[in-house]
Amino acid sequence: MSTVKLNSIKKTYPNGAIAVRGVDMVIENSEFIVFVGPSGCGKSTMLRMIAGLETITDGEIEIDSKVINNISPADRDVAMVFQNYALYPHMTVRGNMAYGLKNRGIPKAEIDKKVIDAAKMLRIEDYLDRQPNQLSGGQRQRVAMGRAIVREPKVFLFDEPLSNLDAKLRVQMRIEIKRLQRRMGVTSIYVTHDQTEAMTLADRLAVINDGRIEQMGAPIELYNNPATLFVASFIGAPQINLIPVQFKNNKLISGDIELSGFKDLPENTELVLGIRPDVITPNKNGQLEIKVDLVEQHGADNLIYGALSGAAKADIDDTEICFKTAQGTLPDIDSVLKLHFDQKTAMIFNKESGERLI
Amino acid sequence: MKRVQFEHSSIPYLFIAPQIVIIAVFFLWPAGQAVHQSFLLEDAFGLSSQFVWFKNYTDTIGDASWLQAAWFTAVFSALVTFLSLGIALLLAVKANEVIRGARAYRTTLMWAYAIAPPVAGLMGNLMFHPLIGDLYKFLNAIGWDFNHKLDSFDAGFVVVLIAVWKQVSVNFIFFLSGLQGISKAVNEAALMDCKSPTRRFWTITFPLLAPTTFFLMVINITYAFFETFGIIDTTTGGAPGGSTNTLVYKVFQDGFRGADLGGSSAQSVVLMVIVLVLTVIQFRFIERKVHY
Repeated sequence: MSTVKLNSIKKTYPNGAIAVRGVDMVIENSEFIVFVGPSGCGKSTMLRMIAGLETITDGEIEIDSKVINNISPADRDVAMVFQNYALYPHMTVRGNMAYGLKNRGIPKAEIDKKVIDAAKMLRIEDYLDRQPNQLSGGQRQRVAMGRAIVREPKVFLFDEPLSNLDAKLRVQMRIEIKRLQRRMGVTSIYVTHDQTEAMTLADRLAVINDGRIEQMGAPIELYNNPATLFVASFIGAPQINLIPVQFKNNKLISGDIELSGFKDLPENTELVLGIRPDVITPNKNGQLEIKVDLVEQHGADNLIYGALSGAAKADIDDTEICFKTAQGTLPDIDSVLKLHFDQKTAMIFNKESGERLI
Repeated sequence: MKRVQFEHSSIPYLFIAPQIVIIAVFFLWPAGQAVHQSFLLEDAFGLSSQFVWFKNYTDTIGDASWLQAAWFTAVFSALVTFLSLGIALLLAVKANEVIRGARAYRTTLMWAYAIAPPVAGLMGNLMFHPLIGDLYKFLNAIGWDFNHKLDSFDAGFVVVLIAVWKQVSVNFIFFLSGLQGISKAVNEAALMDCKSPTRRFWTITFPLLAPTTFFLMVINITYAFFETFGIIDTTTGGAPGGSTNTLVYKVFQDGFRGADLGGSSAQSVVLMVIVLVLTVIQFRFIERKVHY
């Protein structure tokens, strides 16, 4: 039951590398915040700064209005779940979960009760006397969570906790983490590079790029209204289609393609047109034309990939277009398809600055 | 569980043959010889010998000087093992925490590893030399009436000091790599679970180092038993009055200096049995407490 506040925190490593370039953030009570971004963007560093495992070069971190910059990790009342579980290999599951409580001088009876309660919640009560190396990956992950839960901390920190699990287990644990967090109502910060995890878990999502927050908000808000080219391309799977264009005579032009119906855009500027794969439909009168080169059948729907005909060759993915159709639509490879998209759903970005224009 | 047996060729035996030959020539054959010799009484010139059953054994083991050597070996090995492990662990933990110039510290601490025991002994000899030895002068200057040529405690002090100094670097290397083998995340998890560094060391680091410690203990006891021969030979030579004789050194003294081949062989057979028993104890009882 706590709020976390980051006041323009910065991190510069001794070798001069800048990991975090001044981040401000307020995390409300019981909120589930996800930091998402490509590797090396500084998201884990930020989490580790909150945990106390990295020093803070500049700025302040507050938990419940108390500055914690110089408080030892053990006294910050935060608990962390590590990517590779970080269980103590020489202790049993029970020992692992009890360790943090023992060191805080909590009476034995109380520790036992807390451990049993947490184990029941995570359905690992049958494994309490096993060693970590006798457990499967999913079970170890639960123990790692149990170790955090028994502490009843003010804040949970998750550092890519699911990335070592197989795909099926990952989905299962994702749902469980979300349920658990709802039930316990503990403020949580979760770091991931997996945009599906980010979208599904977060109350609010912070997209981080190069040590800065690109955009922060509800996941669906970021999906529908990305503020920058980076956010648009990072959020959403399959990725948004990006076509390099220029604006001239109230038309968007890319090679032989001309799209009318746009206005108030700067001329003589490199622009990028972004279209989500799910707003594109095959249509004889469509604005775009592709030559199909790959069809991925996902079951309920198919993803169709093709090279955009007539587009100016640019560095963005060779202007490969992807769109989503129902199971039945199965165009032949090398066939030519006309595609339609609703121009109101299109987004236009300044290529240079990444800023969203429409 | 029954293992599946496949048809196999004799090639694997060829691969282990060199090792078998080495063991046979340098261990089995001499050991057999020692056992054989230990039942014989030989004249001083080695011209004739006579079968005397266990007389050599009863003579040596009942002997006060053998018992003294056995006692010295026990105390010496315990001290050398404990001190060299303890000091090395302390140094390794501290060196592992150093961030700036870590490599310089580590290299410097490892240097002594390159020194052979007899050379270490010679260096010790110089440092404790009554005329030119700085340590000799220093110890006398601080009020200790130090003379390792006359006083058996002082002589013991010298050999323990040199043996420990020589061994610390080896242990240091192993402890350091053991420490670096502990997962960073486990250390960080401990950091969040436990505030006291001392408590963290004894509850997390030390148990996780147990395999290294156990291995080093076996190595160090062997070292104290056998390899310190060179140090003792070059410093005290068992003096004064045989008070720094280890069992190994006494085997050498009685056999090669005293020309009592039978007695010396009997001692080495006894030594072999002692080492065997020690090894069994180590693996049966201590290894059980080690978590790999």
